[in-house]
Amino acid sequence: MNLATQGTPVGEPYVVEPSEPVAVEVQALSVWYRSFQALADVSFSIPRHRITAVIGPSGCGKSTFIRCLNRMNDLIPEFRMTGDIRLEGARIYEMDPTEVRRRVGMVFQKPNPFPKSIWENIAWGLRINGRRHDLAESVERALRRAALWDEVKDKLHMPATSLSGGQQQRLCIARVLAVEPEVLLLDEPTSSLDPIATARIEDLLIELKDRYTIVIVTHNIQQAARISDYAAFFYLGRLIEFQKTEDLFTRPRCSMTEAYITGRFG
Amino acid sequence: MHVRVEDVPRRVAVRRRRWGEKLLEGCLAVCASVAVLTTAGIVAVLIFETAAFFRVVSIWEFLTDTQWTPLFVEKHFGILPLATGTLLTTGIALSVALPVGILAAIYLSEYCPEGLRRALKPALEVLAGIPTVVYGYFALLFVTPLLRQFIPSIAGLNALSAGLVMGVMIIPTIASLSDDALYVVPRSLREAAYALGASRRQVVLGVVVPAARSGILSALLLGISRAIGETMIVAIAAGMNPRLTLNPLVPIETMTAYIVQVSLGDTPTGSIEFRTIFAVGFALFLATLVFNVFSYAYARRFRETYR
Ligand SMILES: Nc1ncnc2c1ncn2[C@@H]1O[C@H](COP(=O)(O)OP(=O)(O)O)[C@@H](O)[C@H]1O
Ligand SMILES: [Mg+2]
Repeated sequence: MNLATQGTPVGEPYVVEPSEPVAVEVQALSVWYRSFQALADVSFSIPRHRITAVIGPSGCGKSTFIRCLNRMNDLIPEFRMTGDIRLEGARIYEMDPTEVRRRVGMVFQKPNPFPKSIWENIAWGLRINGRRHDLAESVERALRRAALWDEVKDKLHMPATSLSGGQQQRLCIARVLAVEPEVLLLDEPTSSLDPIATARIEDLLIELKDRYTIVIVTHNIQQAARISDYAAFFYLGRLIEFQKTEDLFTRPRCSMTEAYITGRFG
Repeated sequence: MHVRVEDVPRRVAVRRRRWGEKLLEGCLAVCASVAVLTTAGIVAVLIFETAAFFRVVSIWEFLTDTQWTPLFVEKHFGILPLATGTLLTTGIALSVALPVGILAAIYLSEYCPEGLRRALKPALEVLAGIPTVVYGYFALLFVTPLLRQFIPSIAGLNALSAGLVMGVMIIPTIASLSDDALYVVPRSLREAAYALGASRRQVVLGVVVPAARSGILSALLLGISRAIGETMIVAIAAGMNPRLTLNPLVPIETMTAYIVQVSLGDTPTGSIEFRTIFAVGFALFLATLVFNVFSYAYARRFRETYR
């Protein structure tokens, strides 16, 4: 793998190729916003049906990175990228973006339910993806998978905004699960939630990894340690280290990683 | 304001300044109350004269009689012909302004480049500021002859031409306010929709427009209120023939046009004929008030949703 770091003081990244099936391959990804380079030469492979955590100090390009995986950055006019991202072997930047986004779902930092009913929040995504038959079943299945069904089954026609923050975030997860993606991206999904709601979402993600490849951005190091199988540490737009979470936390190979996980900066 | 006790000369200066401020405050209060008192006075006169009118004519006759002939020998005081006149022109105006205004707003907010939007928005405001007498003569001298090419039977004064032009008049109001409503729908909602694999059209029609619905409704209600109260265009181009009809091709008379007609004529003040304009004016006041209040309520609800 070509991991040239172009003579920066950062040194060679330490990247382990997972010894299990891979869902998403990132090759030499660089991103610019106009002339500002937000990511430089990022390459690693995200294993299928595992939780991969993306960690690093704020502003290091975590959001930029996962927004490349579902082509969300296409909506930003000043965005430009080079490199390659493959989903199950197919280049996503040669696919129809709506197709990519259906296969790679995304949950955002702040819960952003549509100003519609709980039911409509989930049914809408199904309808636009042409899944009009047995809506009721699909909505229920999605809510059950997101561990929200029991709390909302009697008020499906209430506005989604009447739910608590944690419930709204699980609704947003349910909304994504309903369209049956292969990959689930989450950008700091618990940063606006209290510890109990956070724990519920963490438990949920661990349940979901049997069916979905999960990539979660978090600036909470403990969270990454608790739930992820693999971890990628980013710093100043570069991938510094990627390996099994256990190894990254017990035997970090780069001094930068060690400094970050021991809380010496970030 | 904090003042040190030992600083006597300064205290005097401060006291003088305080008097100045009091004076200014008083002036502003007077100015503000002029506006409030004028409105109150107008409403009071309206109610007083309307009450006098209804001592002679029953409310039942006013609301159910199908003829409006207070200026003739055989007098009828049924507001229905005037109300249908207003309804007809307003309806025609809306059938133009609603689709065009909302589509224009969607284009401005969701499709056109940011720079073009910044140029077009003030242009819309200018369009909204054209004196309505200009629109009135435009309807009479340009639109009606144009319509005659396609509908030879259309009268020289008619509801269609006035209504269409009135629609054009309220497009800027509806487009600009709806654009504001669409534009402030948070980016996070658009992103949520795109992230589910929605196309741009699906995002706009399925999420952004519904999210802005109370703001758009507020814009529409304000447009309707302006159409109901619009006077010049209908007085010039729609005629002064109170007629209970929904035929857009013949001369009709709206409530506003009737008020103009009587005010300009030589009807003696204090007569029952003269008082009719207050009764009609009061009905008009109620109608526009209702629309304005609802428009305001929806605008507030919208602002509260996204703050
Ligand atoms: N739309 C944008 N335009 C310009 N710069 C951006 C944009 N989005 C992010 N950036 C910059 O890119 C860098 C990485 O941002 P981001 O990916 O959001 O970091 P993180 O999620 O790790 O906090 C930051 O310096 C940020 O200021
Ligand atoms: Mg971020």
